[in-house]
Amino acid sequence: MPRFIDRDTRVVVQGITGSQGEFHTRLMKEYGTKIVAGVTPGRGGMEEVGIPVFDTIVEAKESHEIDASIIFVPAPYALDAALEAVEAELDPVVVITEGIPVRDSIQLVARAKLNGTTIVGPNTPGLIKAGESKMGIMPAQVFKKGDVGIISRSGTLFYEIAAHITRLGLGESTCVGLGGDPVVGLEFIDVLRWFEDDPETKAVALIGEIGGDAEERAAEFISGGEFTKPIAAYIAGRAAVPGKRMGHAGAIIQGSSGSAESKINALKKAGVSVGDLPGQVAEALRELL
Amino acid sequence: MKLLEYEAKDYFRKYGIPTPEGCMITDPVQARMFIEKLGKPIVIKAQLPVGGRGKAGGIQFADTPNEAKNMAAHMLGKQIKGLTIEKLYVEEKLDIVNEIYLGVTIDRRNKSHVILASSEGGVEIEVVAEETPEKIIRHLVDPVNGLRSFHANLIAKRLGFKGRKMRQFADFVMKLYSLADEMDAELTEINPLAELEDGFIAADARLLVDNNALFRHKELEDKLLSSLQGELTEREMEARAQDLTYVELDGDIGIIGNGAGLTMATLDTVMLYGGKAANFLDLGGGATPERIEKAVKFVLRDTRTKAVFVNVLGGITRGDHTAQGIVAARQELGSVKPIVVRMAGTKEKEGRRILKKAGIETLDSMEEGAKLAVKLAEGS
Repeated sequence: MPRFIDRDTRVVVQGITGSQGEFHTRLMKEYGTKIVAGVTPGRGGMEEVGIPVFDTIVEAKESHEIDASIIFVPAPYALDAALEAVEAELDPVVVITEGIPVRDSIQLVARAKLNGTTIVGPNTPGLIKAGESKMGIMPAQVFKKGDVGIISRSGTLFYEIAAHITRLGLGESTCVGLGGDPVVGLEFIDVLRWFEDDPETKAVALIGEIGGDAEERAAEFISGGEFTKPIAAYIAGRAAVPGKRMGHAGAIIQGSSGSAESKINALKKAGVSVGDLPGQVAEALRELL
Repeated sequence: MKLLEYEAKDYFRKYGIPTPEGCMITDPVQARMFIEKLGKPIVIKAQLPVGGRGKAGGIQFADTPNEAKNMAAHMLGKQIKGLTIEKLYVEEKLDIVNEIYLGVTIDRRNKSHVILASSEGGVEIEVVAEETPEKIIRHLVDPVNGLRSFHANLIAKRLGFKGRKMRQFADFVMKLYSLADEMDAELTEINPLAELEDGFIAADARLLVDNNALFRHKELEDKLLSSLQGELTEREMEARAQDLTYVELDGDIGIIGNGAGLTMATLDTVMLYGGKAANFLDLGGGATPERIEKAVKFVLRDTRTKAVFVNVLGGITRGDHTAQGIVAARQELGSVKPIVVRMAGTKEKEGRRILKKAGIETLDSMEEGAKLAVKLAEGS
């Protein structure tokens, strides 16, 4: 079962001194996330946004209790940073970095699995527990504490749908961005399992896109009866052309595999309400709840 | 990044994978010199980053020096799928006993490398997968332990090889996997991998390197753009040179979004309202005002676009930056094409203020924006 966050989760930011790291540390702090330390090799001893910076996680842990890590480190160094977090027993490890080589992601996911660590991403907007804590880059204002859990492969489309859910007064519980790369730590199924057991989640929005077969497998899982809560979905990429990568490294229709149609059909067959417009996901959930 | 056959074979040799004797040429005289030195019939292959060259006449044979020179002269400068043949690869013709397929690629579902092997070489592996899937051997590589020799032996065994041939083929598999792993290959394949009387040899070579890994393979970085010819349209090549994530489509509404999912959903929504997108342009995360300006200019300059829809929902991308970029692009081009902007999220208020000052109205929802963009494109 994956491990997510709440208001008590103590977080280290790896790559805190970079422009994105600094910017989002500020926003996460404002949201209420307990950021206790930052790590940037060579910058140990300084402060960033009022947070002490260390050269290594090991040193940060000598003076701070840390549970989880969020990574803004540039792609060439991201695998090292993530393995450092895994080795330091931090969980979850949220990898925001985009552009990590697939080979590095394969290594990371395999090592994390041995260790039982939850990897969120790479190339993810992160995760949020509405009203409590966010480890990610999502705009806080679109989320409001409520009953809907969200799982998404994309970032901005996830905020789009969250905003609709909030506007209809439903609000969100825990929301997880899986990441847009071909190889990521979490699958829809992992998060669905967690949502099934989460008392704060009453319904789920599943946001998929072209490429791979994670949505089809989620549909199979739902059909199997292991997920019993109301669920609505949106799949991006109906207008996509085969063979072209649509922005995300993982968003590509290869041959007959990975098309939006195949995913939409699989989910509909599993009894999931699939919207033609992103806003319809929220409307469907309101009906279902 | 797709390497040409001769480039891939250079890497194959580096990893000790047997390849036929051959060389890349650009002049017909070199073909004659090669066959004279070799003293055997040769095959002449067009070096282009597109598939299906065989059917298009891109693979020819020659038995004598004169034939080689004439054939090379005939091929150079000809076009296949819109690309001009500038390079040829000349290589000894093999006495093939049997054609095998061997490839290494990424298995998304299992999050690992997968080795694919089949006794049905020489035909497209997709066709084999479709018609006789039982003839493909799949071996998932454990990312922690890697591929070990006993795995390779087993693959060779399952293909039906015994004794010395089993060891030879297993060695081939080990070397190809090392290359795939160390070269960050999205795909490397040999089709056909030729079985000879006394061993195996890579008659063809394909190597696709993960673009995200080029920082580890500096020698390839310069070749990236030229490797995309044939795969990308002219406009996509230009976008690529400007470092924009762009896919050309055939409609008349320019689409710019931030984030792949939202941009795709924007295309889908425009389509749902009866419009057609001219492109997909994903600003990615954290775009600066300069990057946004560049993107808006790129889409505005496209003569096919009748209206532009910018859909930005800020996380890492800031509304103020987006607005600055749009305003700057419009001013600099003096463009009168209608621009519809939908903005929400980080620094939204600041962004809207900047756009309002410049006389550009913003809409609250993607649906409204898409509808308006479709209407404006129809009306112009």
